[in-house]
Amino acid sequence: MKNKTIKVACLSRVEGEGALSVKIKDNKVVDVKLKIFEPPRFFEAFLRGRAYSEAPDITARICGICPVAYQMSAVHAMEDALGVTISSQVRALRRLMYCGEWIESHALHVYMLHAPDFLGYPDAIQMAKDHAPIVKRGLQLKKAGNEIVTLLGGREIHPINVRVGGFYKTPTKQEFAPLAEKLKWARDAALETVRWTSTLTFPDFEQDYEFVALRHPDEYAFNEGRIVSNRGMDIPLCEYENHFTEEHVQHSNALHSKTKEGGAYFVGPLARYNLNFDKLPAPAQEAAQAAGLSAVCRNPFKSIIVRSVETLYACDEALRIINEYERPEEPSSPVQPRASTGYGCTEAPRGILYHRYQLDGNGSILSAKIVPPTSQNQKTIENDLLNFIPKYLDIPEEKLVLSCEQAIRNYDPCISCATHFLKLHIERE
Amino acid sequence: MPAKRKPKLAVWKFASCDGCQLSLLDCEDELLAVTDKVAIAYFPEASRASVKGPYQISLVEGSITTRHDAERIQKIRKVSKLLITIGACATSGGIQALRNFKDVKEFVSLVYASPQYIETLDKSTSIASHVPVDYELHGCPINKMQLLEVISAYLYGRKPNVPPHSVCIDCKQRGTVCVMVAQGIPCLGPVTHTGCGAICPSYNRGCYGCYGPMETPNTASLSAWLNRLGVKEEGIVRAFRSFYAYSEPFRKESELHEKQDD
Ligand code: SF4
Repeated sequence: MKNKTIKVACLSRVEGEGALSVKIKDNKVVDVKLKIFEPPRFFEAFLRGRAYSEAPDITARICGICPVAYQMSAVHAMEDALGVTISSQVRALRRLMYCGEWIESHALHVYMLHAPDFLGYPDAIQMAKDHAPIVKRGLQLKKAGNEIVTLLGGREIHPINVRVGGFYKTPTKQEFAPLAEKLKWARDAALETVRWTSTLTFPDFEQDYEFVALRHPDEYAFNEGRIVSNRGMDIPLCEYENHFTEEHVQHSNALHSKTKEGGAYFVGPLARYNLNFDKLPAPAQEAAQAAGLSAVCRNPFKSIIVRSVETLYACDEALRIINEYERPEEPSSPVQPRASTGYGCTEAPRGILYHRYQLDGNGSILSAKIVPPTSQNQKTIENDLLNFIPKYLDIPEEKLVLSCEQAIRNYDPCISCATHFLKLHIERE
Repeated sequence: MPAKRKPKLAVWKFASCDGCQLSLLDCEDELLAVTDKVAIAYFPEASRASVKGPYQISLVEGSITTRHDAERIQKIRKVSKLLITIGACATSGGIQALRNFKDVKEFVSLVYASPQYIETLDKSTSIASHVPVDYELHGCPINKMQLLEVISAYLYGRKPNVPPHSVCIDCKQRGTVCVMVAQGIPCLGPVTHTGCGAICPSYNRGCYGCYGPMETPNTASLSAWLNRLGVKEEGIVRAFRSFYAYSEPFRKESELHEKQDD
């Protein structure tokens, strides 16, 4: 078994379509290609000529799993372009809505997409046959997140209430009361999730990554902050394109992002946790420590614990916002079109999501650029496989394929996003 | 019931955002009950396991945008007893059908540095324009309760109870004051297929047509109304050209207003 090609023709439990191919020669991994053949949908092209006000609803359709992230990056970019300031309550409600999406998306990934790998099931439905209470807890946790998004956004997928400047309508304080009750249950379930994920078995695999995330002086960043890394990067959003480039490689319909120096980087829960651990409030920090994590975690397989910690944080943060909420007088701030360029970057569940728009005097879009988290992680996923597979060349092929898939799912890749991506193929020569 | 005797359900994806198939996983309270009645035989977003066809029900999400996908849908049709399309992408080409009004080559070079690596058709088209479809469920995204209704109707051999009227009727039923009449907000409700539950007007915003055209919509009359509310011709074109841009009624209406601009 010296030379071999391992192929996963259709990666499952990822959002979208992709494949993986790995070439092994003389017991060395010589090539790893993460292929994305999700067909391109050309959002950046057809956004040209659309009104600035349409960007949140149109870009939401890039991804049904994280539409709130697209809406948030879009509205912040437009507000940056048009010089709009939002009220503090609108800011708080946006943060609350993001908590909802984080809870929903993380619970989906932790329980339905990633946990079956650790426990040896093809999916959560089979897993439910032996672990019904666990799967049911995951589903209810996911539902709690969706309920936040539905109350604020009108529906969980492609919410309709987000606009440049704020919202179309803001909820009354009373409307939050039943949600708060549900969230009190959810935060305990999230704490239990942290404890449960910490009991899983993790491969011994740590890498020296460049982590990139938003950082904000006062909080665990969602919507605002500077882009920072553990290698000294600290830049405002508008400089993103001076520090990162996108490369079009033949094997993928998704563009690969790299740093200007050509390096791979890592975005998402692990990056946020490592760069912003000090901004997590005490209960989330304590839960992480009780689960055996220190302030820095370099094992991507443990991202399942970190996602759970972030879920706990999002529940607590949602409860805090609901407690302090006072309905704003106006649901949104006035917006005046003008010729300008604006930048938006927010923390989608899978990592930073960058938008840039150039507008004409009537507010019509002249150009758009969107960089989703999965294209930023693609190179890092390939590198992980290059470094991970050599340790396991002697295990049975079926198990190796499964481990490769698991290593990919560490990143919760969203292929639909990345093509605005997965199948496994291992070749041994 | 032993697992192998359950009817087999498959979920297929073409060009889409995954939102419509996510609706099934979003049935948090019903998902495990559904899997008691049907075997999820092929659903790569949720499971590694796949069971061979034929399938009793195939749910198809997404539109056809590549030659490979045009061939793939033919094979899926052959292994599916019932083929149900879910969402705007599958039923009308989706938002990505905005390319149908432009030169796609220009689009490729706008987004990709090496256009020669990209394989794409000039048009994004509905599933029904390639193969016979047994049922089309509308929406961008679909309503998960309607999805459950359609699946259970077909399992029990009855017709799905999914009404065809306009969003206007829903507003009346839920007691939402008309945003167009009372506040002068442009609204596509009069021509749009019901199913969402008339969410937008209840949030003080006009319907933007994400469930596509209702049966026999009077788009001309609505355009005249939009005009009176101050919507310019290019605004009308944009209003009809969104998530259902390539559905026949919306496409034709948008083309009429595009011409008047010349
Ligand atoms: S119809 Fe809308 S929600 Fe459904 S897959 Fe297409 S873009 Fe996503």
